[in-house]
Amino acid sequence: MVIEHIDEQLPGAITDRHDFRGDATIVVAKDDFLKVVDLIFKDGFQLLVDITAVDWPDRAERFDVVYHWLNLATQDRLRIKVPVADGLALPSLVGPDLPPHFKTADWFEREVFDLFGIPFEGHPNLTRLLTWSDFQGHALRKDFPLDGGDPFCMADSTAPYTGQSHPVSE
Amino acid sequence: MSLSNEAALDSIAATIRASDGDHMIVNMGPTHPATHGTLRIVLELEGEIIARATPEIGYLHRGVEKLGEHLSYHQFVTLTDRLNYCSSIMNNVGYSQAVEKLLDLEIPERARVIRVLVSELARVADHIVCVGINAVDIGAFTAFLYLFKQRETVYDLFEMSAGQRLHTSFTRVGGLFRDLPEDFFPVAERFLEECPLAIDELEKLLTRNPIWHDRTKGVGALSPEDAISWGYTGPCLRACGVPQDLRKSQPYLGYEQYDFDIPVGTTGDVFDRYLVRVEEMRQSLRIIRQALDKLREIGPGPVIVDNYKIALPPKEKVYTRMESLIHHFKLIMHGIEMPVGEVYSATEAANGELGFYIVSDGGKNPYRIRVRPPCLPIFSSFGQKVRGRLLADAVAELGAMNIIAGELDR
Repeated sequence: MVIEHIDEQLPGAITDRHDFRGDATIVVAKDDFLKVVDLIFKDGFQLLVDITAVDWPDRAERFDVVYHWLNLATQDRLRIKVPVADGLALPSLVGPDLPPHFKTADWFEREVFDLFGIPFEGHPNLTRLLTWSDFQGHALRKDFPLDGGDPFCMADSTAPYTGQSHPVSE
Repeated sequence: MSLSNEAALDSIAATIRASDGDHMIVNMGPTHPATHGTLRIVLELEGEIIARATPEIGYLHRGVEKLGEHLSYHQFVTLTDRLNYCSSIMNNVGYSQAVEKLLDLEIPERARVIRVLVSELARVADHIVCVGINAVDIGAFTAFLYLFKQRETVYDLFEMSAGQRLHTSFTRVGGLFRDLPEDFFPVAERFLEECPLAIDELEKLLTRNPIWHDRTKGVGALSPEDAISWGYTGPCLRACGVPQDLRKSQPYLGYEQYDFDIPVGTTGDVFDRYLVRVEEMRQSLRIIRQALDKLREIGPGPVIVDNYKIALPPKEKVYTRMESLIHHFKLIMHGIEMPVGEVYSATEAANGELGFYIVSDGGKNPYRIRVRPPCLPIFSSFGQKVRGRLLADAVAELGAMNIIAGELDR
């Protein structure tokens, strides 16, 4: 099992774990994250299914960034949660120094950045994905009002398309 | 001159500078017939060759996940209809299954079989739209019309079962909101006879058609490693040669009791995806046949759990019995008593793995609900896949990816 393997290879990397309803879940500190990812990739967890986040406004490390992996050979799933404080960056999985194992992280990380405001260090094109580029605030934070606050959400949205504000992905 | 006009002129000047005489910027979308939804692709062309393609999404972003945090578990079912609206019943099934996993709840056998039955009907309808529209975009209009009659029958069946053609909201936490009516079955039997003939006709028109071959073969080919790296699931992944289907590999709803095969392609190009989808339609018809037989075998029975702390009691009881009235009131006002925890539950939707990640803090509403759409990772590879190809290939590729904006943007 991959969790025992992580314990063996990177002792102390897993700070918490649970197995609620059979979903194997581990919590990993931000600094150990890339090492753990490298290890589980070699163990066969090669399909990155999803990246999302959960906002806990009362916690010191406000966000949990949640990654779901699938091992196609054994059909095991693994959930990795990385707590991160507001304003701090997580290492991106599509950074320039990393092998292109998880190209899908490109848009998923942009989405998390867009809706939660969590930056990803090393992402080549960290721009908003679902909302427009001069949208104010981050919609899935718990303190963002459900109706968007500004009824038209258009307060500062005047810039026309310039080609510059929407960099082209390579 | 106002500031915004100056900025607009600047932007035009920038475009002319960038275009360098040879380059041309073309906006495909947000309202373009070939995008089948509001998504936009900024294409930079050199003649007819695509130098760069930048997808821009979010035009249909309605904040489904944010709304979900403010709706009870029962209410969210209606929002799942609006994800992949070509096969909304599968989203209902996927969502209900996630909540049932959170509750650790077993649903009645009859409800499970009916869920399989309607899911496979929806898969056929979804593939009809995908294959048909893809052909229309490329210029083969007839195939679409041949199959549309069958799609109409599927929607008639949905109307009989759920009362709605598109926004079905058929499932409830713990089962279904009602059983199938009697007149459902003769129509379903007729559909099972007619649909294979229509698929044969489709194949006669397309599978050995040299123009179809020229337009689809080799377009959008992808290695299995790249497909996995891009997070592909569903028919697009199977067309690349990876036999991954959650119905087989992680069976849910009793799929292990059905006899069906998983078609797999080799190159992952548009043609392979077409072949995989056509064969999946036939396999879905096999499952529908078995599900209908199974329903007859099981006979009448409940289609929703008999636990009034989770599912609403029947209306006749609410109006006649005090206790049921209280249950009804408690369930509407206070919701289900949820355990604290988090689950991820995935089903094989028509496009691929449709996942729901629910975090519960024990309250009436989910603390966080995340929809993992199958199209988003697939569409994220679009820019790289069409680079250096003809503009017309982009249209073929876009259709074969089966991008549904409602699910892409949520």
